[in-house]
Amino acid sequence: MTNYTFDDDSVVVIIGSGAGGGTLANELCQKGVSVVLLEAGARQSTATFINDEWPSFSQLSWGDTRTTSGSWRVAKDFPNLPAWICKTVGGTTTHWAGASLRFQEHEFRALQTYGEVKGANLLDWPVTLAEMEPYYARAEDKMGVTRTNNVPGLPGNNNFKVMYNGAKKIGYTECSTGHMAINSKPRADRASCQQLGFCFQGCKMGAKWSTLYTEIPAAELTGKLDLRPGSQVIRIEHDDKGRVNAVVYADSAGVMQRQKARVVAVAGNSIETPRLLLNSSSAMFPQGLGNGAGMVGKHYMRHTTGSVFAEFKEPVHFYRGTIMAGIISDEIHHKPDRGFVGGYEMETVSLGPSFMAAFFNPGAWGREFTSVMDQYTHMAGMWIVGEDMPQESNRITLNDGVKDRFGMPVANVHYDDHPNDVAMREHAFVQGEKLYNAVDAVKVHRVPPYPSTHNLGTCRMSAKAQDGVCNGHGQSHEIPNLFISDGSQFTTSAGENPTLTIVTMAIRQAEFIADALKTRAI
Amino acid sequence: MTDLKLDRRRFLQGSGGLLLGTLLFGSGPIALLAPSRTWALEMSTLDSDTGSRLLLVIRRIFPHDTMEDAVYAFSVKALDERASQDPSVAALLKQGIADLDQRAGGEWAKLPEDKQVDILKDVQTGDFFSLVRGVSVNTLYSNELAYNHFGYEGASFPKGGYLMRGFNDLKWLPNPPLDASPNPFA
Repeated sequence: MTNYTFDDDSVVVIIGSGAGGGTLANELCQKGVSVVLLEAGARQSTATFINDEWPSFSQLSWGDTRTTSGSWRVAKDFPNLPAWICKTVGGTTTHWAGASLRFQEHEFRALQTYGEVKGANLLDWPVTLAEMEPYYARAEDKMGVTRTNNVPGLPGNNNFKVMYNGAKKIGYTECSTGHMAINSKPRADRASCQQLGFCFQGCKMGAKWSTLYTEIPAAELTGKLDLRPGSQVIRIEHDDKGRVNAVVYADSAGVMQRQKARVVAVAGNSIETPRLLLNSSSAMFPQGLGNGAGMVGKHYMRHTTGSVFAEFKEPVHFYRGTIMAGIISDEIHHKPDRGFVGGYEMETVSLGPSFMAAFFNPGAWGREFTSVMDQYTHMAGMWIVGEDMPQESNRITLNDGVKDRFGMPVANVHYDDHPNDVAMREHAFVQGEKLYNAVDAVKVHRVPPYPSTHNLGTCRMSAKAQDGVCNGHGQSHEIPNLFISDGSQFTTSAGENPTLTIVTMAIRQAEFIADALKTRAI
Repeated sequence: MTDLKLDRRRFLQGSGGLLLGTLLFGSGPIALLAPSRTWALEMSTLDSDTGSRLLLVIRRIFPHDTMEDAVYAFSVKALDERASQDPSVAALLKQGIADLDQRAGGEWAKLPEDKQVDILKDVQTGDFFSLVRGVSVNTLYSNELAYNHFGYEGASFPKGGYLMRGFNDLKWLPNPPLDASPNPFA
């Protein structure tokens, strides 16, 4: 157990211990850098994870109040639950399904590839795939991604069998059990997947990569990490030169603490990260930290999602085995003749009866709804994940009318679909229905987007300071020792599940920070 | 001390009712689990009459004809817990039930099912219905009895997952080729 003093101003303070923060912490510790890792949630383990949806949700999820606005349906059905993300050591890497897809080359150059799209603020990333590739390779090795580094693919479950056969029948050619950060055989002192079917509830096998039992214990072994669970950060402070120098947080007993810092890296996921920067406003930074261009909180993206579920005559038992058991990539390519720019992936998904009831058609009741529940064992399902358009008006703001228990304004999440998102979702629904009908579905169902699991882009990377919040290394354009280290950095959303890219950026950012510390650039 | 007295008085008054039932489907998945065919649910705040009326409302909102009342009772229990935390909830529930009777021009519970549902449709945007539906959707489908009813196998870790227990046992479609879906034991 390493403990740094509150007055130690040589430490890097990282806020959030998920894919971004947890990885950054370990990478820095491996390089000998002293790290204080502040995590709002408690520490669980594979032993304490719960194979039951609602109890697990209470254990892992971020349930603190947030508010919503906009025309998205989540604002009506789940007005205080815009996002389905975690508050626990390991963050949302406890809950994620494990899909680990590299961006396509053009997804780093959305503006150049798609051209201007009316109503969207497309922008090219200040980094390219070529620059990212070596870091992607390191991330895949670290995470044990299947079909990379000689790790075999996972065996497909029943839900995948239905998807695969339907895919073939409608002419798709890119369908397999994909690239998953789930051990298909024991690797890196972690067990292999036993097909529990509770990927979303924290993997009790530890087969699915999570910073909770990989990066964080590895960092602890270096003796450089001081992990402080139950620490809710209130604000980041700065000196009179405008450099951040301390983080004020409520500790697990609710007592306010102030940790000095040489560098601060924010990785609280794309809602809490901008909220914290906005809540840290001061006389010198009246609009919040790093917000000189007014871009903090803007361009909130959540991926164009939705699900297609189908009932069959014969049983499927889709809840058995990995949740994202398979993927179809035929629609991820940029083919504007479909009536929209960008593309989408189709991935199997399953829900237990508890979540099925809550999310199949929120608010529904009566026999039409219950007749679907009665077919539970005969269902197959897929989730759609596609690139959504960055819009300035989709944003995180402070809701001054609603305060958390420490008196800080909560985040309001505003989202309206862009016409491109609507066209893409419609296309995906039609294709998903076609796929299941091709294998004789009795009935197909369009399921609306769940509260957001992929929250992206609220502190985006940009080549020019006026277009975003941070540069290609996640470094604030305005404050050189302030870093954004999570999915908030995404300039555009791409159509890929974001975790692999967040981890990749964290590895790359750790190199940058360690070098800058050495050369005293920060 | 005051709290203690209050609790004691409430206990002596027996303000919480009892919900009783008998399993109807003697060979159903739930009867196989249950130690006996009769069941009882103790409520801490709602009276027995309110409890049994609520149970029927929930059955009409989420009708599963072969699902035992014992499963619906979990949602009544959840509403009772809400009511014991917040007195306004108990009032809302009682009012909501009285309102159903008023709209029925007698006892709502005695109307035929389609008429009961028509009245529920009339109140579906109100607070009473939202509360009952919202609490029920998160409890009715989230308990061991419901899991058994729907054929869901629940927690899998204690049983070693599904690797050896049918994760890929679907036989009505051909198996994907090995490059798409490798053999689990290769």
